[in-house]
Amino acid sequence: MVGVPLWWRTTETYRAWLPVNQINELAELQVCLCYRSMAHWTRYVHPVLGYQAGCHLRILNEILARDHSGDDTLSVLHVEADLSLHTLSASPCGSVVVYVIPETSVLLPQGVDVYIGHRRTAVLRMGAPMSVGKNHKQLLAHLEPRITQVVQVMSFSHTDITAALSDRVRLSPGSKESLADSMRSFKSSPGYEITFSLLNPDPKSHRLDWDIEGAVHSYIQPLLTKLAPLANFSIDSQILYYAMLGVNPRFDSSLEAYTLNADSLAHVINPVEARLGSNAASSNPVLNFLLYVPDAHHSPLYIHDHQKQPVASNAFHSPRWGGIMVYNVNDLYGRGETPLPVNININMEKVMGVFLAQLRLMLGVQSSPAPPGFLVEPCGGAGLADWELDRLMWSRTVENVATATTTITSLAQLLDQIGNIVINDNIASQVSSTVTSLQLAVAELEAGNLGFALQYSKEAILASERAFFDPSLLHLLYFPDDQKFAIYIPLFLPMCVPILLSLIKIASEARQRRKLKQSKKD
Amino acid sequence: MAIRRLKHTRTHAHACMLQTPLDDFQEELVIRPLHSGDIYASFQFRTVWDADFMGDQKVSHYRLFPKSLGQVITKFSVRELHISFTQGYWRTMQWGQPYLPSPPGAELWVWFQDTVTDVDGTWKELTNVLSGIFCASLNFIDSTNTVQPSASFKPLGIGNVTDHSFLRYATLPREIVCTENLTPWKKLLPCGSKAGLSVLLKSEKLFHSTFHSQAVHVRPVCQDPQCRTTSMELRQTLNVVFDLHTSGQGKREWSLFKMFSRTLTEACPLASSSKVYVDVTDNPQFELSPATPLLTQAVVLGDRRTYSVYDLTQQASFGSSRSLNMLLRWKAADGEMLRPLLHSERYVAGYGLQAGEIHTLIYNHHPYRAFPVLLLSAVPWYLRLYIHTLTVSSKGKDNRPSYIHYQPSKDRERPHLLEMLLQLPPNSVTEVTVEFERALLKWTEYTPDPNHGFYVGSSVISALVPSVVAMDTNSTLDRPLFSSFFPCKEEASYFMRVYTEPLLVNLPTPDFSMPYNVICLTCTVVAVGYGSLYNLLTRTFQVDEPSPGLAKRIANVIRRFRGVPLL
Repeated sequence: MVGVPLWWRTTETYRAWLPVNQINELAELQVCLCYRSMAHWTRYVHPVLGYQAGCHLRILNEILARDHSGDDTLSVLHVEADLSLHTLSASPCGSVVVYVIPETSVLLPQGVDVYIGHRRTAVLRMGAPMSVGKNHKQLLAHLEPRITQVVQVMSFSHTDITAALSDRVRLSPGSKESLADSMRSFKSSPGYEITFSLLNPDPKSHRLDWDIEGAVHSYIQPLLTKLAPLANFSIDSQILYYAMLGVNPRFDSSLEAYTLNADSLAHVINPVEARLGSNAASSNPVLNFLLYVPDAHHSPLYIHDHQKQPVASNAFHSPRWGGIMVYNVNDLYGRGETPLPVNININMEKVMGVFLAQLRLMLGVQSSPAPPGFLVEPCGGAGLADWELDRLMWSRTVENVATATTTITSLAQLLDQIGNIVINDNIASQVSSTVTSLQLAVAELEAGNLGFALQYSKEAILASERAFFDPSLLHLLYFPDDQKFAIYIPLFLPMCVPILLSLIKIASEARQRRKLKQSKKD
Repeated sequence: MAIRRLKHTRTHAHACMLQTPLDDFQEELVIRPLHSGDIYASFQFRTVWDADFMGDQKVSHYRLFPKSLGQVITKFSVRELHISFTQGYWRTMQWGQPYLPSPPGAELWVWFQDTVTDVDGTWKELTNVLSGIFCASLNFIDSTNTVQPSASFKPLGIGNVTDHSFLRYATLPREIVCTENLTPWKKLLPCGSKAGLSVLLKSEKLFHSTFHSQAVHVRPVCQDPQCRTTSMELRQTLNVVFDLHTSGQGKREWSLFKMFSRTLTEACPLASSSKVYVDVTDNPQFELSPATPLLTQAVVLGDRRTYSVYDLTQQASFGSSRSLNMLLRWKAADGEMLRPLLHSERYVAGYGLQAGEIHTLIYNHHPYRAFPVLLLSAVPWYLRLYIHTLTVSSKGKDNRPSYIHYQPSKDRERPHLLEMLLQLPPNSVTEVTVEFERALLKWTEYTPDPNHGFYVGSSVISALVPSVVAMDTNSTLDRPLFSSFFPCKEEASYFMRVYTEPLLVNLPTPDFSMPYNVICLTCTVVAVGYGSLYNLLTRTFQVDEPSPGLAKRIANVIRRFRGVPLL
């Protein structure tokens, strides 16, 4: 009697309480989440339209009145309108303000129905001629499909969300192309390491100099500053000597150049990657950008695509890994008299243009082609418009929420299935903070506060990863039942002997008694 | 200095528009024939980068300096880092002093910058990261084998830090060094193993040797004689001793090819200097071919030595065969070696598995000069030192240490740390003994092969040894790398560090099937007790008539036979 509770107490594994019910609820909640937030979204736009339509028309008219001096200024009108509308009403992160202008307005060039600027504003030309007498409701009903279209371009559409969730939720498989598109960009992570590597396969023939510091400052940094709310970025660069590509380029005598085919590009990366070295000081994903300068005997080197045509940028990228650019310098060698090594300064503008485009792809800032009639302002110095950032934040938030939910659900499942795992208090607290952050993130998403939602979703993902990868979970993970059996069997086997014997005795006595009863009956 | 300045201006000429910090790479190989007939080869690769790692600005654009190491230094605010991996023990009495001493196993000591608040936490993270970089078990460094020496390990670079709370020192005497440690070490070199001296570093030969030691030293150094700005210096050293009998087939004849199974064909194109030195001070004993006209003298370890120099950046060094394979052939096998002035031994005495005694013998072979040494020993907590039994004696007389720093151990938390400043009388042996008791470990604390014994790391003896010749005190002079590692402040003495042997101590080792035997035995006893109790409770007791006696039974048989009623 005394032994059993004592035994029970000393052999149980410590398991802190986990909010399992809430976790299960989260798993259920997930699917309806994005739709609800989207429905809310359109609702958010309508009142803006409703009360602002009147007063902003006046402002636009003012701009027109001020600036109708000549035809040449007409083309910049919409740009200025964008700027002044922005300064007028600073729109919060995640919102879109749509201004409706009359059909006859000269603010937009001919044939353009919608103009999307650098910020979170769009100017929409009222479609079919509208008589002024129609009531408010009809006006809205008329505008609604077009506003939805604008919003889809500027914030998110069904396909974006699908792409963001493609790793977590298996939705209807789209075309191969769209799948490749969705696989290209990096997964959401609290930080990224961007590494630029200059590969010099032959330091004896050329000595390379690149002004990476200046180039990063003028080309990459503006984009990253813009993306700062999304994740932390750290940039570094290195020069690797005697770094070879994994394949031998073929000499094409018709071009008098070496060529790399699209099929062989897959083999290029592996041997180089061994030299790149991972960042030992952090565990964030690394985006590698390699600049390969072929040696004198193997240049010029051109990359050919699947149609055997040379690629204009002479670069390629590998999804979720980075990009490689080949930079030919053979024309800088001169006529053979120059003593080796030749000093070569790399034109960073050319290189960074390619790397910046690749970086945008990797980070998922993809510019899907605008529908007809849309005029999208090309990205300027910052390399990213406000609404593009919002778009990215929407998909990242949804992705973070999905990832954290999956992690925490699978952790709960795992703990449920394997009873030997010890659950410490700190794991329990991580789990509950994940759940709280997730609930907050979802609530903020529904309220349309994108900035907070992203913040909470990041916290959720961090806490969930910490809980999932806590080393203390592993301590008793492998404690098979046969070991327990081996410990208990010396006790239970000898104890069973008298019990079994007495059972046999009871059975035989019962049989005898029955026999006796039968004989008595007879 | 002039050469260095010149080189700098040259590099500056074509990189002036860059404004990137300048870096410089040098490589060097010293070959020293040993009196025992063995041969000692010491590689040094030095990268100096005029970047400020200790400033606020983050260093992130690397050229010659390895990025992986630079990131670690930046992230953990490391001021100085010294790490060494050694296989085998350096036999001072046979081989003389090494250029860079190191204890068997792994050794790591780090000075952190004074901006670090949680030094222990940073140290833990740093050891884990380094263990990943060097593929070594440095992650086994924890508080039980980490000490903070108060005097023995001063910063080797510039900086007058005296607060030893930013210093951490740990050794893993059991660490086995092999190819997997060499490969990441070679990766830190700008030329990898593709060109220059590093082509000689092939693991199949390097690890077929009696002594192998590789190290990485990172420290801040002065950039100019006035020391206005600092640079970061990375020194990678590799020392190897090839045995006369196993590698040399017993013949006193060595060549680069015989040692490394490679010859040199070029210098690393990134190196500003690439040289091979051969110690020819005892030259009448052996001949060197191809002969080189370049000779240089360097004061190293208190002795003026002469070296033949092969400059690999000059095409003439390679001769007509376009490869350099120098050959050393002994003419006579005899000759006296200069006896090292400082040398030490250590062993465990005592019998039984309870108590024991650690003896450390420190020899001063100087005929007439006494000099002070600092002795540091870090002993794991499971050897409980009785510090009251500490005795120091030289020449049969008691020798009182002028400074003792003792930090007692805490079980399963920290080791003993004993540091002493001793004065060694001339031509004497100083014996330091301390008794200890072996602790009982918990059964999970034993290593997988507990009967092998437990290692106690080497003691460290740091000394300023009186020099026979005047030392170079000008630290900015362009000297060979092997003679410029330890900073030298005065002419009359030089700094030296000697590591003793690691100890192997047997601890009382239980029979590991014992817990199961105990379980079985107690369970059986419990079961027997339970069985009898159970029997007692379940049995029904009846009064049984005593059976008739034997005579009565026989009588009954006869009566039945006769048909008479029974009794």
